Amino acid sequence: MKFSISKVIIFSFVFFSLFIFWQGLKKNNNYNTKRLIGSRISNFQLIEINNNTKSISEEDLKNNKFTLVNFFASWCAPCRIEHKYLVNLSNKKIKIIGINFKDKKSNANNFLKELGNPYSFVGQDFDGKISILFGVYGIPETILIDNNLTVIKKIIGPIDQIQYNEILNLIK
Amino acid sequence: MLSNIGVFLVFSVLFLSFIIIYNAYLDLKIKNKFIKKIIYNLSLFQITFTILSFFTLIIGFIYSDFSLINVYENSHTTKPFFYKIAGTWGNHEGSLLLWINILVLFSYLFLIFNFKHNKEFRLYTLIFQNILIIGFVIFLVLNSNPFSLIYPVPLEGLGLNPILQDPALAIHPPLLYIGFVGCSIYFSAALGSLLSGYGGKLFAQSIKTWVKISWCFQTLGIIVGSIWAYYELGWGGFWFWDPVENASLLPWFAITALMHSLIVLEKRNTLYFWVIILCLLTFILSVTGTFLVRSGILNSVHTFASDPSRGVYILLFLSLMIFLALSIFFAKYKKETYDFNLKSRETFILTNNWFMAFFLVTVLIGMLYPIFLDVLSNIKISVGPPFFNIVIIPFVVPLMLLMAIGPKFGWIKSQNKIFYRILFLVIGSVIINLFIFYFFGKYSLLSNLILTAAIFLILNSFLDVKKFIDKKNKTELSRIVSHLGFGLLVFFIGINHQFSLEEDFNLKVGEIKKTNNYEINFKDVEIKESKNYKAVIGNFQLTNLKNNAVEYLDPEIRIYSNPETLTYEAAIKTKISSDLYLTMSNVSRSDYYNIKFQKKPFMIWIWISALMIALGGFIQLNSKKNEV
Amino acid sequence: MKTKRIIFIIYFFLFAPLHANENYSELSEIYKNLRCLVCQGQSVADSNSDFASTIKLVVQDQIKEGKTKEEIYDFLISKYGEWIVYQPALTKNNFLLWFLPYLVLILGGLIIFFIIRKSRHNKAN
Repeated sequence: MKFSISKVIIFSFVFFSLFIFWQGLKKNNNYNTKRLIGSRISNFQLIEINNNTKSISEEDLKNNKFTLVNFFASWCAPCRIEHKYLVNLSNKKIKIIGINFKDKKSNANNFLKELGNPYSFVGQDFDGKISILFGVYGIPETILIDNNLTVIKKIIGPIDQIQYNEILNLIK
Repeated sequence: MLSNIGVFLVFSVLFLSFIIIYNAYLDLKIKNKFIKKIIYNLSLFQITFTILSFFTLIIGFIYSDFSLINVYENSHTTKPFFYKIAGTWGNHEGSLLLWINILVLFSYLFLIFNFKHNKEFRLYTLIFQNILIIGFVIFLVLNSNPFSLIYPVPLEGLGLNPILQDPALAIHPPLLYIGFVGCSIYFSAALGSLLSGYGGKLFAQSIKTWVKISWCFQTLGIIVGSIWAYYELGWGGFWFWDPVENASLLPWFAITALMHSLIVLEKRNTLYFWVIILCLLTFILSVTGTFLVRSGILNSVHTFASDPSRGVYILLFLSLMIFLALSIFFAKYKKETYDFNLKSRETFILTNNWFMAFFLVTVLIGMLYPIFLDVLSNIKISVGPPFFNIVIIPFVVPLMLLMAIGPKFGWIKSQNKIFYRILFLVIGSVIINLFIFYFFGKYSLLSNLILTAAIFLILNSFLDVKKFIDKKNKTELSRIVSHLGFGLLVFFIGINHQFSLEEDFNLKVGEIKKTNNYEINFKDVEIKESKNYKAVIGNFQLTNLKNNAVEYLDPEIRIYSNPETLTYEAAIKTKISSDLYLTMSNVSRSDYYNIKFQKKPFMIWIWISALMIALGGFIQLNSKKNEV
Repeated sequence: MKTKRIIFIIYFFLFAPLHANENYSELSEIYKNLRCLVCQGQSVADSNSDFASTIKLVVQDQIKEGKTKEEIYDFLISKYGEWIVYQPALTKNNFLLWFLPYLVLILGGLIIFFIIRKSRHNKAN
């Protein structure tokens, strides 16, 4: 085969593409929003689950150095499992906001009565629209934000021991 | 027992492949005109054993032999007989065995039907085809063996996925594989042609039929897949530019280009190396498509259960195939001289290739770009229908104009009076389009262009039919039918897209929803217990507010127990003028149901036009002369 | 001419039941351009999932507020990333994606142009 520049280009291109395919095989296909760190939460108003006149918005959260926002529901099994970590965290001087997602008020109250209430405020999200403001697509999801309401960490799925420790590290 | 038979047969096929290659290699040295009888016999044994191995697997499914993992995972004793059989190829391992069957079948048929052609060429083709067979059989044996055993033998199978139990879905894979895998033979023939120097018109004639067969079945396979998606998947669409759909479209563009280029190669003995490139490219695209779909690298609604180890094997095979093809091609490539007149049929066929290449590259880039971007910079983007539609659809307009005008031109050169006729028809098409635009509704400039071009193609085809009746040239008939089908398809899809109604809303039982054109009354919900599922059926009364016509539609939500799945069965009323399409799903933790209502004009005509395209191809397969 | 007249009549009858749809739902177009994040390759329009129905509510609200579809897409991209939108934006990342197909088109055209020119040249000699 005679040497020619076009042949080199074609062979290199093919080799490069096949290499990319090979690397692509190793990548995780499932998309998640864990990397969406650094965006700001804004324009929300949370209405208290048991009292329609009480509500909080961004302004109220700016007073906290860190806030943990946890989406949960009584019908969500992993939420039950992770709840103890939230209860522990509530003792560590971090404000935790709970948002009750697509749930019935009475069921949510029973859930908290049974497993403990770590939340300084429990907001309602009956139709799920609040979750979209926070970039949530499934529960449980927990978001750590700072006093500028910038997202520092997203935990998708139930909190486990490792993530619990990570949160503790971040809020020091 | 079945496992032992199956494995024995598969290994025999592998063994035979090696022996065939060896004998072919020996026979190459004998400079006479006839291939040794032993090669024919070995090939006959090979195809026999291959088909028997496939039957062995089918028997495993029919008799629910759950000692075979494949049967256990994909079948169930209560599955209806027809679907037990179809279950054989409705899974990765079984479909791979079907691939091998088609590889061997085409190898054998090419050998015996091409006896008029050059011996060296046929032997090389056989050798390369058997190399492909060896590659696939090794893949099957090492990674995807349908005959592997499971112990202890389970009493019942897992596989009763209701979505897969559908007649269209049952025949869709075999149809598509004849297309996908059938192109292997002209991949091998192209390499054979390069090495033996057997090219030009005779080479074109040797592969012509095989190209047409693979084209017909690929087209039909794609259409059946779309029909299935429309009737079964419940979104009312038939093409989503989903990776699996795109994987079947890539070879289709290449085969279409090849089919047209072959005409030029045969008639004017030019474009030989371009034809070779297309022959090699088609099967490479098939295997690439298989890789993308079965390795799990892409995210899709209809991927097979994916497995990265499969991906590695297929990638290795693909790489070897590409490097082999490239090496031989570059070794044998010589510069060709061209003699193309602007106003000739050859030039128009070149433009067909140009457009097919453009569409092919667009779909390929759309599929691959997210992968490359993800690997190189860790960013995940989606490339979906809007991308493909925006890039491809505008160019369908000039394509149709060329499809109408091109065949009017003669070979080598043509006269100028063609242009007057073209002008006349252009004016006619514009008038008809304006008529539709004025009386039926406003649409975008692009839609105007599309409809006008489609009407132009349709009118031209009708006039060609008239000419055909006068002259009785049968091969022209197949071209007319396919091009007409294409024009009609674009026309009906254009109208359908412009004039479809879609509504998405939530409703409780007893409520009525009023839109501009329809009143939808959610009358009732009933529960029905069926053999393997429980159905929640919604009874809807639809009143067309323009003419007070009433229709009843009953969409279902089906809850299957084995395996536990939820499916949504659309209620579809197909009429000549339009389809009414209704799906319902329950909104969780609520009394509301989410209702999607669509009125889709001319759906049935879309299927008819698409089938017409395939029909044209089949007409040509049937014509005895097979001449252009 | 006669053929054309017949065609005209057929078209007329075929179209009688058609009605043009002025508000081809912008909503529908937006739903189709959004990916259902919890599904395997379905748009929000086609999906029956919980997530899809919530997204639809949010989109409806924003349309009522008067937001344009670009604003809605930007909003959702800021929350979920570019993955959620099926039409890739024309950014420096995606520039190649949009550019390459047209490059191939132009190259193809040039090739044909040169083939024909060379043929004329060969003939002239």
